[in-house]
Amino acid sequence: MMAQLVFYVFAAVLLLSAAMVISARNPVHAVLFLILGFFNAAGLFLVAGAEFLAMLLVIVYVGAVAVLFLFVVMMLDIDFSRLREGFQRYAPLGLCIGGVLLAELLMAFSNWRMAPAGVVAPLTVDPALTNTAALGTVIYTHYVLLFQACGLVLLVAMIGAIVLTLRSTATGRRQNIGRQHARTREETLELVNLPLGENVFEQGGFLRPKGSYYEIAAPGSYGAGEPDKTETEEKGA
Amino acid sequence: MNPAIASVGLGPYLFVSAALLVLGVFGIFLNRKNIIVLLMSMELILLSANLNLVAFSSAHGDLSGQVMVLFVLTIAAAEAAIGLAIVTVYFRNRGSIQVEDVTMMKG
Repeated sequence: MMAQLVFYVFAAVLLLSAAMVISARNPVHAVLFLILGFFNAAGLFLVAGAEFLAMLLVIVYVGAVAVLFLFVVMMLDIDFSRLREGFQRYAPLGLCIGGVLLAELLMAFSNWRMAPAGVVAPLTVDPALTNTAALGTVIYTHYVLLFQACGLVLLVAMIGAIVLTLRSTATGRRQNIGRQHARTREETLELVNLPLGENVFEQGGFLRPKGSYYEIAAPGSYGAGEPDKTETEEKGA
Repeated sequence: MNPAIASVGLGPYLFVSAALLVLGVFGIFLNRKNIIVLLMSMELILLSANLNLVAFSSAHGDLSGQVMVLFVLTIAAAEAAIGLAIVTVYFRNRGSIQVEDVTMMKG
């Protein structure tokens, strides 16, 4: 009885907040309702007995994805009133398609029966284990390759996001591998006899060789031999 | 079957999940100009799929469904990160994220 009550409360708040996500005027409010919805979905997972996934949902979605949305919404200076044009125009079509989809899903569910037990052998684990431990035993045995592939997907996504958003700024110091390999001892090192009691600054300072260092280190230059990247990029923008 | 889901039953879970899916699809139609809300609607759709998988997994006593949820979560996180990176780059280049302006690659 208690589980039912908890389920219906979580489900009602989840559906209400999902409705607010798609209809909120302010996208910041939409993101906050999305966070509320994820919390309630985590509650539903808990009722279903998936404790680990509930915590994962809170950490991954609320902690990372929703905050990422919040960052992007607040970082971009967007005229949101323009984005709401056509709200009324598209609503009837969306309602039609949504209604048809809901009706189809309800028809499918009402005529659906679960297959009798024993048709497909379930992946059983020791019932004494907690949900997290049981999930661990399954992930690292049956699904280990898929699990590794998941890590690869995340790696590619991370590299992709960095590559997409990284831009070379005028003050950025890129590594120029060709130049690094071409440098010689003469243009890098200079041995100076420092007389007793003399200041290093009077001998020209620490930065040696004096002649070329300042050209290399000038802001915006990537060293000799490389075309100026920042100018071409700004032209394209 | 897990005792908690036994008292609630599989049907309500499926109904909530179906309603969430419909809300996500409706959101895509409703906010056709706002790509950020479009991405959020996609997150809702993926969440409904996750809810279905968890409900069936716990009703069958089979952990495979929960492992699938783990994979779907991975894909959803990757998709959100890449999508938002594309939105950021597009905004930096064009100064707007109007969905109907994104026609530069049209032949």
